[in-house]
Amino acid sequence: MAVMTYREALNLALREELTRDPNVFVIGEEVGLYEGAYKVTQGLLKEFGPKRIVDTPIAESGFTGVGIGAAMVGLRPVVEMMTFNFALLALDQIVNSAAKLHYMSGGQYNVPLVIRGPGGPAHQLAAQHSQSMEVYFYHVPGLKVVRPSTPMDAKGLLKAAIRDDNPVIFIESETLYNVKGEVPEDPDFVIPLGQAVVRREGTDVTVVAYMGMMYRAMEAAEELAKDGISVEIVDPRSLQPLDTATIIGSVRKTHRAVVVEAGAGFAGMGSEIATEITEEAFDDLDAPVLRVTGAQAPMPYARNLERAKTPTKEKIADAIRRVCYANGSR
Amino acid sequence: MAVTKVVMPKLSEQMESGKIIKWLKKEGERVQSGDILAEVETDKADVEMEAFGSGVLRKILVAAGNKAPVGSLIGVIAEENDDIGAVIAQAGSGAPAGAASEAKAPSEAAAPSGAKPGMADRPAAVPPQPRSEDPAARKPSPSKGPESPGSQRVQEAVAAASVPQPSGHGGRVKASPLARKIAAQSGVDLKLIQGSGPGGRIVRRDVEAASTAPAAAAVAAAPALRPVAQPAAAGAEYEDLPLSPMRSAIARRMPLSKAPVPHFYVTSEVAMDRAWELREELNGLEGQPKISVNDFIIRACALTLLQHPGVNASFQGESIRVFHRVHMGIAVALEEGLITPVLRDVHAKSLAQIAVEARDLAERARQRKLRTQELSGATFSISNLGMFDVRDFSAIINPPEGAILAVGSVRRVPVVSDEGLGVGRRMALTISCDHRVMDGAMGARFLQDVKKLLEEPLRLLI
Repeated sequence: MAVMTYREALNLALREELTRDPNVFVIGEEVGLYEGAYKVTQGLLKEFGPKRIVDTPIAESGFTGVGIGAAMVGLRPVVEMMTFNFALLALDQIVNSAAKLHYMSGGQYNVPLVIRGPGGPAHQLAAQHSQSMEVYFYHVPGLKVVRPSTPMDAKGLLKAAIRDDNPVIFIESETLYNVKGEVPEDPDFVIPLGQAVVRREGTDVTVVAYMGMMYRAMEAAEELAKDGISVEIVDPRSLQPLDTATIIGSVRKTHRAVVVEAGAGFAGMGSEIATEITEEAFDDLDAPVLRVTGAQAPMPYARNLERAKTPTKEKIADAIRRVCYANGSR
Repeated sequence: MAVTKVVMPKLSEQMESGKIIKWLKKEGERVQSGDILAEVETDKADVEMEAFGSGVLRKILVAAGNKAPVGSLIGVIAEENDDIGAVIAQAGSGAPAGAASEAKAPSEAAAPSGAKPGMADRPAAVPPQPRSEDPAARKPSPSKGPESPGSQRVQEAVAAASVPQPSGHGGRVKASPLARKIAAQSGVDLKLIQGSGPGGRIVRRDVEAASTAPAAAAVAAAPALRPVAQPAAAGAEYEDLPLSPMRSAIARRMPLSKAPVPHFYVTSEVAMDRAWELREELNGLEGQPKISVNDFIIRACALTLLQHPGVNASFQGESIRVFHRVHMGIAVALEEGLITPVLRDVHAKSLAQIAVEARDLAERARQRKLRTQELSGATFSISNLGMFDVRDFSAIINPPEGAILAVGSVRRVPVVSDEGLGVGRRMALTISCDHRVMDGAMGARFLQDVKKLLEEPLRLLI
């Protein structure tokens, strides 16, 4: 184990996979000479050369299409979106080609493609650059969607995504790139897609949260522990496939659940998870499942409004108290 | 810390009272929530009763061998220094007549020697503390008052028990799914509890608090079925045997079927020669479960019921409920009566699976080790008296099912065929049908198809 940042863990995963498999290559804006807008690809051009680390024009639809075509003929491209907001420009390539070619070719073509980059709300990046983009992808049959919250998960899940024969949407976060944590240096360390993890054990309520929301839920849990409320936190890690068994197992233990998501709540991941819980664990519930989500509004630039739109530690703690009927309102 | 009432649990839909077979914990013994306190005989099976609180089993109010109505106080769990006099006194004064008449043995007396005089008038004197294992109760209220929220709940539950106020409106009780589950297991009547959740919703902690509060007043006053065995004096002309719980359940339920349900009967004879040969052949295979004639019949009925959903149906007053799955009740004769465990989703099971599961159910039925959920939910039943050399008989439908099949013995009989007179194996099947659900022709067509399957038994293996 070594302690490194989330950014370094991603860089290590890329380096190891580029070394292991000559079919792996990286393509995107500023990934080579500039070493990545967020420095995730630092040092890779020097080590692997311009055939493996390919700089492109500002043309998301074009280089995503190049990635899909390369994947169809046997390469394993890692396409970088400078931020995932720009993936909207490549949405047709991703939804209509990457996700569907395996199906529409009757299994003749695999698309072993990873599209990675930062997404989700950060700090004062405003409406167009603070979006929870996963919702656009996990609805599409044929795509896998991963949201790694820790450096260890970033490494283990990126390696699993590169080795997967399906297109994987791998969304990182600007706010997590500098988070430090223990990361196994073993080049064979891989975390299979579709396995949730219990980040914190508790007995009174299950909170499902990922990425920045997971860290806020942890802070809320610390605070509530002082009031005697024991919070269990489940991080799904991959949203498609979703490990419902771990979530349901936790709810069967705690009998209450709160789901947190950074984006707007309408038809979001929170709705999906809440429905799964209600369908699978109805008789174990002592309270309705609550969601804590972003407001149904574009992300404002002003700091105070940004805070008002986003789930905060206080909002999460309040929902946990309400679901435990411990908020003083009888 | 906490005073937990031990009440007679409601262990089946029909259960009105239960008999304590034996206490597995003694007075003064320490118990943990979840420990088995006692074995209870219900009208259907012997069931283990769990403790719903931790502490010391301070008092046993209903001694082994005696009966108590569902919901009545039968024991108290508390800490050694807790005052339990009020709880017991409340139970004594508030308990239904049935329980009072049960209170015959000294240990069942309403006011134990330890109770302080006058305690019954002051229910608030019960140490009103939350149960330590209730996570909700552990949470201090935001007001941070000297009393925890749990204590308020206990007091409110006391009030609710003395002046029943339904939670919710128009008779519909608002309760969380978990609260309903726990209430059903612990015999708590949700109608008598005040909910503490939003809008008066009853949640887990309310049910748990109620089960530690004095006896709910509105426990159905079941007539005390006191078993009184008249000693058979020398030369007496007769003797009155007490009804076992099972016998009294049968006595209560059968008239509820035979009188109001218009039965009709259809009988058919099945040539069992090929099924007999096939069964011998199957049972000659090594490593395969032994298959009985009844297993063949179960399988044949299950497959045929899928083709004849009108027979796999139940009369619902304003409608007929047609089941898309087959849950087969299999009557098992016991010394003291009979019981009908249910083999679920039997239409999706192979002959071998049926053989294994039916044998297991019958075995456990004889040991009275069935779980309550294995005793209800059948959509059709089979009763087989083949082992008693019975030509044919007709069975009484087990409501709300729509039909039952009575199976006679496989007998060797003279058979007339084109070649002349020979010997064949024949078995009579008689179906009893609810005429409100189906008509004679439906019953006959069903029997015809069961017969066809049994006479071409390879179809049962497909």
